[in-house]
Amino acid sequence: MNLSEEVVLDDFRYAAPVSLQEATALLAEYGLRARLLAGGTDIIVQMREGRRSADLVLDLKGISELMTIQMNAEGMRLGAGVPCYRLYDDPAVKTAYSALTDAAQIIGGWQIQSRASIGGNLCNASPAADSIPALMVHDAVCEVVSHKGRRTVPVAQFCTAPSRTVLDTGEMLAALLLPPVVPQSGAAYLRFIPRNEMDIAVVGAAAWVELNATGDTFVNARIALGAVAPTPRVAQKAAAWLRGQPVNDATLAKAGELAQEVAQPIDDMRGTIEYRKHLSGVLTKRVLEIAIKRAKQ
Amino acid sequence: MAKKLHVTTTINNESVEFLCEARHSLLEVLRDRLELTGAKEGCNNGNCGACTVLMNGLPVVSCLVLAVEAEGAEIETVEGLAGHDHFLHPLQQCFLEGAALQCGICTPGFLVAAKALLKKIPNPTEEQIRFNLSGNLCRCTGYDKIVRAVQAAAEQMKETVS
Amino acid sequence: MSTPPPSSEPPVPQYKVIGTRPIRHDGVDKVTGKAVYTGDIHLPGMLHGKILRSPHAHARVLSVDTSEAEKMPGVHAVATSADLPGLKDQIVQLGEGEVNLKYLGANCLARDKVLYKGHAVAAVAASSLEVAEAALSRIKVEYEVLPSVTWCLDAMQDAAPVLHAELRTASMGENSDKPTNIDAHVCFEKGNIEAGFATADVVVEREFKTASVHQGYIEPQVVVADWNQDGQLRIWTATQGSFTCRQQTAELLNLPVSRVTVTPCEIGGGFGGKITVYLEPVAAVLSKKSGRPVKISMQRNEVFEGTGPTPGSWMRVKLGATRTGRLVAGEARIVFDGGAFPGGGPILAAGCMCVFSCYELEHAKVEGYNVVVNKSKTSAYRAPGSTHVAYACESVIDELAQTLKLDPLEFRLMNAAKEGTRRVDGPVYPRIGLIEVLNAAKASEHWKSPLTGVNRGRGIACGFWFNAALKSSCTANVNFDGTITLLEGSTDIGGTRTSLAMQLAETLGIAAADVHPRVVDTDSVGYTDVTGGSRVTFATGLAVCKAGLEIEKQMKARAAVLWNVSLDQIKVENGVYSAKDRSVSFKDLAAELSVHGDPIVVSTSVSPEGSTNAFCVHIVDLEVDRETGKTTILRYTVIQDAGKAIHPSYVEGQMQGGAVQGIGWALNEEYFFDSQGRMANASFLDYRMPTALDVPMIDTIIVEVPNPDHPFGVRGVGEVPIVPPPATIANAIQRATGVRMCELPMSPPRLWKAMADAH
Repeated sequence: MNLSEEVVLDDFRYAAPVSLQEATALLAEYGLRARLLAGGTDIIVQMREGRRSADLVLDLKGISELMTIQMNAEGMRLGAGVPCYRLYDDPAVKTAYSALTDAAQIIGGWQIQSRASIGGNLCNASPAADSIPALMVHDAVCEVVSHKGRRTVPVAQFCTAPSRTVLDTGEMLAALLLPPVVPQSGAAYLRFIPRNEMDIAVVGAAAWVELNATGDTFVNARIALGAVAPTPRVAQKAAAWLRGQPVNDATLAKAGELAQEVAQPIDDMRGTIEYRKHLSGVLTKRVLEIAIKRAKQ
Repeated sequence: MAKKLHVTTTINNESVEFLCEARHSLLEVLRDRLELTGAKEGCNNGNCGACTVLMNGLPVVSCLVLAVEAEGAEIETVEGLAGHDHFLHPLQQCFLEGAALQCGICTPGFLVAAKALLKKIPNPTEEQIRFNLSGNLCRCTGYDKIVRAVQAAAEQMKETVS
Repeated sequence: MSTPPPSSEPPVPQYKVIGTRPIRHDGVDKVTGKAVYTGDIHLPGMLHGKILRSPHAHARVLSVDTSEAEKMPGVHAVATSADLPGLKDQIVQLGEGEVNLKYLGANCLARDKVLYKGHAVAAVAASSLEVAEAALSRIKVEYEVLPSVTWCLDAMQDAAPVLHAELRTASMGENSDKPTNIDAHVCFEKGNIEAGFATADVVVEREFKTASVHQGYIEPQVVVADWNQDGQLRIWTATQGSFTCRQQTAELLNLPVSRVTVTPCEIGGGFGGKITVYLEPVAAVLSKKSGRPVKISMQRNEVFEGTGPTPGSWMRVKLGATRTGRLVAGEARIVFDGGAFPGGGPILAAGCMCVFSCYELEHAKVEGYNVVVNKSKTSAYRAPGSTHVAYACESVIDELAQTLKLDPLEFRLMNAAKEGTRRVDGPVYPRIGLIEVLNAAKASEHWKSPLTGVNRGRGIACGFWFNAALKSSCTANVNFDGTITLLEGSTDIGGTRTSLAMQLAETLGIAAADVHPRVVDTDSVGYTDVTGGSRVTFATGLAVCKAGLEIEKQMKARAAVLWNVSLDQIKVENGVYSAKDRSVSFKDLAAELSVHGDPIVVSTSVSPEGSTNAFCVHIVDLEVDRETGKTTILRYTVIQDAGKAIHPSYVEGQMQGGAVQGIGWALNEEYFFDSQGRMANASFLDYRMPTALDVPMIDTIIVEVPNPDHPFGVRGVGEVPIVPPPATIANAIQRATGVRMCELPMSPPRLWKAMADAH
């Protein structure tokens, strides 16, 4: 069926559990016939288009631990259902995890951000998801729960293929755990789209940098690219190369070149292989520039 | 026949109850059950903003909200903007005076989103207006007069105590 | 009220209402959500309809089995093309263009072939949308898939799959004999181009391509049909022309037109795409079979795949000029795709007529072909054909100016069409305003301000659209409270009911608020052609002014009777009627009508001919991101001759809206087809229309060169603003980057590639 065929939703049962225990019990019972609802901005569209279906839709928004943001010395615990707008409206989150808030601010328009969650964006596992490269450079870890217990998965390992994740039947994402802020660090996410809003990323790039005290040398770096492979990719080599390098145009350009190597894009109506590979380098350079500026502040 | 759910919610400050199937969107229920046809269907997948309503003060595309999620929420639609005694909200008045509509189909969505915008940012720049309203498509006006109408309303609302 | 003398420039009249900016009469309902659009209608017992559409771009329909669907509980009726009466190969005049009924009917419900993905094959009416959808999946259609073709040049090749076995090229009165996909061939010639080009010092020739683009109205097509047991068919619909809708629907159902009443609801945009019927006959059949009202509304993907986008095109334009900058000859070869059915001749012809329409050109030849391809039948999109050809011609003009080292605006001024210029297709221009518009552009703040910064460029281009005239009627009833109820049949997509009320008010010397305009159904007003062709303010305006004069005549007569004086003693000025020492306002005189004599009710109709000729010039400043190919519009100005702007805000609105549609067309909008000829981006996500964040303020300069054929000098304004933007932007991109883009859209990947290849 073509991607945008509109069909009417098949009927389903709706449940709004108030605890994780209740939710995971239902998930265990329904297995693949259950779908989770946070913001609904992906799942409702997909169910309408016949790409996903369900006997049970589990609304997670009544489970308080999925809807809270906790920030302390250990970092941030971001409930999987927290909508995007709560991230960028929170000055503390914006300062500490700016790549993530950059992404949150451009997922769809304001109406989408009022509802869509970072957790949902991750679990939807689109190759072009905006939040995933950002989560990767923030070194996020996924807290996964089921009726059997909890486990953690680094975000870089979470997506396995387009629309596929490591979640087993009966498992769900409960939270994202982000490490505490490191001094002299900064992060950013940039996306290339043909318009200025409302488009799916043609290429997305996130960067996190840690500079030395004088701000002229890279101590550490993380770079991730989206929309250029079946899953978002960490540009390991490019980031590793930056360590110890001076901060200047030449090193940024080189990092861009190295980052391009992880790009294995496809030709589709949003861009050609050649164009996307080229943009990977350009965006890597530009996102590093922003991250550096923020690190110096 | 699919089993129906009973929902109690608040719409434009009034308590409202309705029956719906789990799969019905808030947009469908507003338009087909509650006679609130101000919110319009333009695309049914969240890309045009013509169905925008406020849910607990935030603009959402009602085509991507299940009606059952309205339980316990506060919904505001375009029908709730104007008041009695011929009172029009400053946004409505400025849209009229500034000719910020042509066919009018996108207008309810813009008005509701703009109301939320001016609450969040009472004195928005042109850039902020355009950014926050980028989820509302208009094909007739080219946006110029819409942006100016929002600016005029912001000016007007500054001067009055609402 | 006098008409300005035609052969001299009249003094600028002082109007009381014309030129002011009253709040539109339907405005409050639109900002409160009360205005009734077709989708808002709920009738008792109303059923919901859905359409089954072809998944294939080209296939034979071997069989359609609806028996399973018919048996489903909740399904009240099912329809296929078998339910439409057998249609003859018959051309019907629709006002703006003509249509072959056989093709129109087959487009509504396919017969032996489906010709595009999304082609309607069957329809269901059921108790709910969910049941209707489920019923669709029970309809069994057997297809024999055929190879398909979606690009016009490919479809012209001998080896191309033939869409209609019986189609022959209609070439200037003669039909050829070969099966073909070329349904029309048009040729215009003036002078001798060989001789002309021989005198040219510089010749520029370029080829251009444009992709299919959709009008993008936010309200999808939607219809409610109620075929009453007494045989009267009532239709509520989003249409630009209730009378053409009535006629098309009646013809397709083999009914006399009086059996069909069309109520045009408020309409959520049209731009030419809501003139052809798609759903009306289908909903009508379902209503007849079920005995209930039926509503069918399209989903967004159905709108993209199953209505009428504008042609895609290929064009070659060649222009020659002398060293001093005088254009001497022009040649154009134009191929438009007409979509799945023949009938694209009028849009092709319009393009051929417009290509050189802004210039004085002694020698010219224009040859055009319309070709059917496996995509939905094309439809008018705001000045149909003109945007395409302006992209080509204005790009070549710009390149010529650069080669000659002449200022692009001066070059256009030197060669601008004016009164007396003969267009390549024959007509001689009467008084037109292109030179005034160019001069206004030259004097504009935008043109005079310097553009600084790297990767930035400024572009300028002209545009023309004829504007139509056609027929309009109205009825004006003088109310005893001194107001007038004005019934008219021109559906209002841009604020025209107010500009009509203003014209009536001005004619009578009363206030705009004292005229109550109403857009009414086909039973309630006389025949009125479509709201299209930028004709309403002009043509329906003429009907309205005529009504105003007649009302004034009758009011004068009534005053004469009341005061017992002779008619020639009654004077009217500013809505006040006087004789000797007595005077009475329109309002008070109207109150007298309730006591003395007949109520004053005036109906008028007009059928003016000719074009009101709209010209405009656009200026853009833009910046190109060299590394990504993305274009940012920095500043945009539209300068246009409106003849007379009745309500300046709504004239500005047309200028701004058309410009932004053109910007989308220039930069990002296109249909993508997959390898099987199916549209891949049938949603607002990937069919990228400009959002508020993609454009700046659009500045406007209204020039007024009065049209001598209208009492207030009105020229149509609605369409021409979409004509220059792609060319304007292409010219600016060339100045910014050195690259001449010859393919639309000039999207980031394309522009980046062109810049990369150039270096």
